[in-house]
Order: sequence, then C-alpha cells, then structure tokens
Amino acid sequence: MIAPQLCVTALSKAFGGVLAVDQVSFDLEAGKVNSIIGPNGAGKTTLLNLLTGIYAPSAGRVDFEGAEVTGLAPHRLAARGMARTFQNLQIFFNMSALENVMVGRHLRERTGWFAALLRSPGLRAGERESRDEAAALMRFVGLDAFLDAQADAMPYGALKRLEIARALGGRPKLLLLDEPAAGLNPTETQAIDALILRLAQSGVTVVLVEHNMRLVMGVSDHIVVLDYGRKLCEGTADEVRNDPRVIEAYLGSTEAA
Amino acid sequence: MDWRAPRTGGLALLAAVILVLPFALINNYWYEVAILIGINAIVCVGLNLLIGYAGQISLGHAGFFGLGAYGSAILTARYGWPPAAALAATTGGVALLALVVGRPILKLKGHYLAMATLGMGIIISIVVVTEDRLTGGPDGMSVPAFTLFGLGLAGERTWYWVTGGALLAAVWLALNLVDSPAGRALRALHGSEIGAQVSGIDPTRAKVGIFVISAVFASIAGSMTAHYSGFITPGKVGFFHSIELVTMVVFGGMASTFGAVIGAATLTLLPQLLTALKEYEMVVFGAVMIATMVFLPRGFLPSLMSELKKRRK
Repeated sequence: MIAPQLCVTALSKAFGGVLAVDQVSFDLEAGKVNSIIGPNGAGKTTLLNLLTGIYAPSAGRVDFEGAEVTGLAPHRLAARGMARTFQNLQIFFNMSALENVMVGRHLRERTGWFAALLRSPGLRAGERESRDEAAALMRFVGLDAFLDAQADAMPYGALKRLEIARALGGRPKLLLLDEPAAGLNPTETQAIDALILRLAQSGVTVVLVEHNMRLVMGVSDHIVVLDYGRKLCEGTADEVRNDPRVIEAYLGSTEAA
Repeated sequence: MDWRAPRTGGLALLAAVILVLPFALINNYWYEVAILIGINAIVCVGLNLLIGYAGQISLGHAGFFGLGAYGSAILTARYGWPPAAALAATTGGVALLALVVGRPILKLKGHYLAMATLGMGIIISIVVVTEDRLTGGPDGMSVPAFTLFGLGLAGERTWYWVTGGALLAAVWLALNLVDSPAGRALRALHGSEIGAQVSGIDPTRAKVGIFVISAVFASIAGSMTAHYSGFITPGKVGFFHSIELVTMVVFGGMASTFGAVIGAATLTLLPQLLTALKEYEMVVFGAVMIATMVFLPRGFLPSLMSELKKRRK
C-alpha cells in the first residue's frame, strides 16, 4: 500500500456561525484523477481554498507528501508542489497570455532583484528558456492561437485553459481545478475532459471540483461527495453513482430539475 | 535589434533628447529647470515601479527624497565625510529604513496603505524640521559641493550631464526590472494577488523589495539635489512634494517607465510656464489631476500609444 499523497483529517471551516466545511476527512493517492463533487453550496470551493491556503482552517489538519501543511500560505504550498485554478478566473489581465504562463514558472526562475535590475547574462538565458517553455505549455493546453495575445483580449474558454497552463508552469505534483468546465459549451467541455486525462497520464495528481456530473464520472478514479459541508461518501464512480445517499442529495435533485 | 522595443528604441530616444536639449537651453535658468526635471523623473521612475507596476500606493516618497538630501547634507557638512561615502551610507540607511518600515505597512491595502505611507512621510518631515541642530530646522542648511577624487562637480552644465546620465541609468534599470521574473511577479500581484500567490509569489517579499528599490531611487535623487543646489530646506520633504510626485506618475501613465519621465517633465515645466499664476499653482495641479483621471484614465503616454496603434490599423 502506497502512502497517500494528500491526507485531509477532520478539516473544518466556520464563517461566523456557519460551518461551511465540517469535519471532512479523506486521502488522495498520487497520479490519479480525484473529484470533489456536491450540489451548489456544499462547500467544495471552500474546501479547495482550505487545501491551497487561501483560507486558514478552523480545525483539522492537512498532510501533503508526508508533512503537515495545515494553514501554510499559498506561495509556500506552491513551493511544495501544489497548483490550482479558479472558478472565477484569477488571470493577470494586465499582462500578455505568455507572461501569465511565465509567472507560473516563478518558483523555478531567478527572482533576485540585482540580477533583474542589471539584466545579468544568466537572467537573459533564463528568460529565453522561460518563453520557450511557456509557449510549449500553451500549446499543450491547446492555446496555439493565442501565443501573441494579451490576456484581456482572450475569450472565456481560452482563459480557463490559460489558468491551467499557468498552473502547470510550476511543474506541480498536485493540480486542483475548480470547476474547469463551468461556463463552457459541450464541445469545450469534451476538450477539457481530454486535457484532464492527458494531465493525469503525465503523472500529475488531479483534483477536480465540479458539479458537472458527466465530466466527473467519465474521468475520475476516485470521487468524494460533499453535502452541507460534510462528506457524504467516497469511492469509485460506480460506487458513488449507486450510493442511495448520493442519489437522494445530488442526483435526485438533478433529476427533479 | 528591435528599435521599437522600449529597452533599445526608447532609451536611444531619451539619450538623444538629453544630448540635443542643451541647444535649446538658452541660459542657466533653463538648465536649472532641466536638472529639476531629471531629478523628479528619477524619483518618478522609481515610484512608478511601486505604484504603476506593483499597484501599491505611497504618499510618503518625498520623505525618502528628503532623507537622501539631509543624509548627504548632514554627513558632509556636519561630520566632514567625503560626499561619495555620505551618498553610499545615506542610500544604505534609507534602504534599511524602507525595509523596516515596509514590512508592516505593505501588509495594508488601498486606503490604509495610503494613510500609513502618508503618516511615514509626515513623521520624516516633522523630524527634519524639529532636529534643527542637525538640519537647520525650517531655515534649511548649506551643503558642500560633490567631489570625487579631488574633482568637484559644480555649475549647472556639469550637473546637467550628471543628472542626464543618472536618469538614463534609472530608466535602464527600471526597464530591465519590469521585463524580468521579479518584475513579472510585481505586475502579477497588481493583476491578481491571489493568482500570484498560488503561482508561488510571496507578496510581502515582492512588495517590500520594490518599496525599498523605489525608496533608493528617491534617496539618490535627494542626495543629488542637496549637492547640486548647495542648500536644502524642508520644503522638498513635505506632504505636498509627495503628492506632486504621485501626480507626475499618474499623469504620465501608470505602468509606463517613459510615461513617468514625461509626467515629471510636464508637471515640472508647467509651474515654470505658469509663473504669472504662482498662487494658483496648486489649483492647476489639481485641475491637471482631475482632467487626467477623466479624459486619460490610463495616463498620457499609454493613452497616446493606444491611440497611435488604433490609427495604424
């Protein structure tokens, strides 16, 4: 049995009196596609924000690759190999698309002030490498057409991919995608589907937060279901699909709608 | 070489302007104006890195300018230090102060950061006025000329070339920084702080770093002013000078290094051209600020560039 890559133990987050995430525990294995699903307001995004250090948890702990990382700042988690995207995009609209992806490589670049001010030869060589790799990442996520674009001139679907390319810039071990298919049409959703599978094949552990059930069921090795901030159940797509509690809380309501 | 790139074409153009300008400077008065423009531009290029690129406001940069001026003045006039050593020690001291002050206050955002930097500037200004044994208080103090290896720098023409060289260096450093991993981190913070953080950028390190760099630009410009003019008063340390500097940056165009130079040039020249309306100088400043925000929200140079781009298409 391999030790899990991410262990979440009794994690809770209270906003005032509301428990948005309530005693959630689960383990995720490396190199798989994992999904966190649940109806709207189930606490999925809050959980993701806890895992990536945007929020500090009220209780519980998180272990990543055998070390406790509870409450670490986002940039420290990034340094340990976590990357993420956002449901409501966090693009640098004041920069070009390529520069957005180059920022994703921040942890692997020369970021010293003196080298930057004097434009040292080492830094110049690094910049060329950075440009080439960022362009390769943009091609990998299917943004060939936007290599010279400014971020604020790109359509919504392309921006979602741009965030994925930026996240990959840090060569993450764990990539958390917050609703990558939200707002996309069925064709675009299929393309994201294929991209997620390619990512998993490249050895990155993917955590998918989605309420698009079709996307989740098709690609996930392991699914955690949340409802009202609590973990309802977890398992493979088949196990989850046939769990009566899930049908009642999630699928039931979907069918009714 | 791409001559349209800022680092080549822009720098070459600025160098050409500095070389040709003396033909238009008919007397020492206009040399003085040109030097003043150069010094303000150095401060603004540094301040624009903080405000325009990193998106962090400072209403206290005249304080750093004043510390540079008074540091050089006090060390040379009162303690007999060689000017170069005084310049180095003062610059180092200001950098250290900016580091110590910057760490707590750059955790603040928006209006709160504006208030904190404003307070910092006012404290520096009060210290300069009240420590009259060292600074001469409100009367100011005289400063020995700058000498290096026995050579004295004196006269408007010499200082014109010194200032021009320093401005070119400042612009070159700023352009380099903006187009580097550290500079991209600053622009990313401005674009989306959360997006920057999850990309591995430590916001505190980035903000404090650029705060220190912009303070060093201001401090060196202050030291230059002290030695050049030979006499300094607390006027240049105060709140109004801080506001002038921010106005120059906003007018020229945020996140545009050459915009900062143009802003400094325009708003330094404007009061000279409006000497007849001397009492209304502040009114004009206010009017320019309001008109810029209304008609050119991105500032003079960025608005001009995007207009030219549209025309070409």
